[in-house]
Amino acid sequence: MIEGILIGLTTAFTFQNILMVMVGCFFGTIIGMLPGLGPMTAIALMIPITYGFDPATGLILMAGVYYGAVFGGSTSSILLNAPGVPGTVATSFDGYPMAQQGKAGKALAIAAWSSFAGGTLSAIYLLFMAPSLSKVSLSFRSPDYFALMILGLTAIAAFSSKGQFLKAMMMVVLGLMLASVGQDSLSDITRFTFNNMNLTDGISFVLVVMATFAMSEALTIILKRNDPTSAAKQVSLTELGSIKINKEERTKMYKTIPRSSVIGFLIGVLPGAGATIASFLAYGMERNVVSDEEKEKFGKGSVNGLSAPETANNAACSGSFVPMLTLGIPGSGTTAVMLGALLGFGVQPGPRLYMTNPEIFWSIIMSMYIGMVILLILNLPLIPYIARILAVPKNYLIPLILFFSVTGIYVMSFNNFDIYLMIGIAVVATFLRLYDFPMPPLILAFVLGGLMEENLRRSLLLSNGSWEFLWDRTLTTCILAATILIVVWHIYKTFKNKN
Amino acid sequence: MNINTTKIISLLFFIFSAFYLYTAYQIQVFAFDENAPFNARTFPIYLGYAGLFFSGLKLILPDPNTIKVDHKNLEYKKTGILILIAIIYGATILKVGYFLTTSLFLFASYYFLGERRWILMFLLSFPFVAAFMYLLHGILDIYLRDPFLQSIGVMG
Repeated sequence: MIEGILIGLTTAFTFQNILMVMVGCFFGTIIGMLPGLGPMTAIALMIPITYGFDPATGLILMAGVYYGAVFGGSTSSILLNAPGVPGTVATSFDGYPMAQQGKAGKALAIAAWSSFAGGTLSAIYLLFMAPSLSKVSLSFRSPDYFALMILGLTAIAAFSSKGQFLKAMMMVVLGLMLASVGQDSLSDITRFTFNNMNLTDGISFVLVVMATFAMSEALTIILKRNDPTSAAKQVSLTELGSIKINKEERTKMYKTIPRSSVIGFLIGVLPGAGATIASFLAYGMERNVVSDEEKEKFGKGSVNGLSAPETANNAACSGSFVPMLTLGIPGSGTTAVMLGALLGFGVQPGPRLYMTNPEIFWSIIMSMYIGMVILLILNLPLIPYIARILAVPKNYLIPLILFFSVTGIYVMSFNNFDIYLMIGIAVVATFLRLYDFPMPPLILAFVLGGLMEENLRRSLLLSNGSWEFLWDRTLTTCILAATILIVVWHIYKTFKNKN
Repeated sequence: MNINTTKIISLLFFIFSAFYLYTAYQIQVFAFDENAPFNARTFPIYLGYAGLFFSGLKLILPDPNTIKVDHKNLEYKKTGILILIAIIYGATILKVGYFLTTSLFLFASYYFLGERRWILMFLLSFPFVAAFMYLLHGILDIYLRDPFLQSIGVMG
């Protein structure tokens, strides 16, 4: 492992990669601050640029964007009570009241230090856990992988949108259907191409991500007459106050950070759960473990109440890399986008990544830590200035998002069919968004579609077409039982809420 | 009469799944693969049935969380114009080239979204695209075909 860490450090500490982390964190913070534009959009916009780099640098850039977006989301939660990303909703519960008390600078500092500590601790957990999990996952067989993908898709559908499980499952099926377009991987038989040569190689992953996130979000903003930059205009007017944290506040954070980081990391590892659930759970747990006196302060500007979700959401971001790096199965929409980008580089994440491309594996882990340090050093003192940059009018922001989307697709394929296809998918996605059909399940399903078919093919061929493979191995059965548990729990919760 | 749009979308998805399933059954597989436990049409067939199942459930089950969208407050005109500009962009980029098409795409988008600061609009279109093109073409070595720039001798 020491050798791996050294390889990672050597790769991550090159001038180019440090620059990429800085650019990623900065760009991610800006996008994350804008309510409605989350890390997936930020990463999607970056994909075409990353193809100019080697895989490690590309992924380092995307990881920087991811962390920056989560940090940017916390900033708008604290200053405006308008979370930029869902994972920072719980941050606003105590961050915003603190800002209203004239302690915005302090709230930002607590959030930044908690994010830094949460991210650092979870990078350490990842450092030790990922190699062991990679070795364990080598014992996984096709039926286990197939079951694991079913679990991941069910989980993301259950967690992605409250009370909209069926809608999310429809999006999962739609994602898998889109992934099935093009040549069959084994027989090379073309499917659903309708004799169109442009579809023979299937639909590009970048096209689907750009269409369903970047372009569709831009169209939704115009359609709904939203102005994501209006929030940023208020930030620059806010008096931030001191960013110093006193001894008493530090003592509270020392207790909160370790437990919240563990919760965040473990939730992040679970497929589909992610930063939002992690931050809510950490907030809830923190409220239960603190003294009665501190409990009274929750919702009114509690240090523990702010520190817990901030630690957990950043820890969950690192945790979500575990299934992607070790199993090749993304745990969240954001890591699904990264997985798709890695596949575009010709790198297949999974247990063998640890052995075949150690420089990618370790440099991602190392760059996470560098990203945390950079976020702390650069962003905290720069927040008021970043906010000023954000006050760019909507009339410029939307065309620029559209520009990055269409350019991104054009430079990948150099044909206009892909531009038309992207516009078509974006229009459908915008309409579906209006009626609360979630997009992350579609992306995850699209990325997993090929792998899922491949593993089902192997499982069915080995069992002579019998579905007995689902209960032949204990591991497969356990994973499927977990899937059933999620569905049953979700149905129970829906009925409970109804009554 | 109130029409539940979510149900209409579910119905459309049901029809789409039925069409997908029909097309999946039409996939031509090799003769020796016809009776294999798994062939090129197996997975799509399962997907077609899954689509019918979930959209069918959504259609049948009551929908307590009905989403109501106020269509009067939606900006259809500007959204439609932006989509149209993007389509025109797709139609012209191969013939005209990246620089001019993309610059005009940005300029037109700013204009139709209500911007009238001409100098800023110009700076954020033509020079901006030139700089971006330099980043892609000059630094990252991503080739961009541009008949317009070639015709005026800027590109080789």
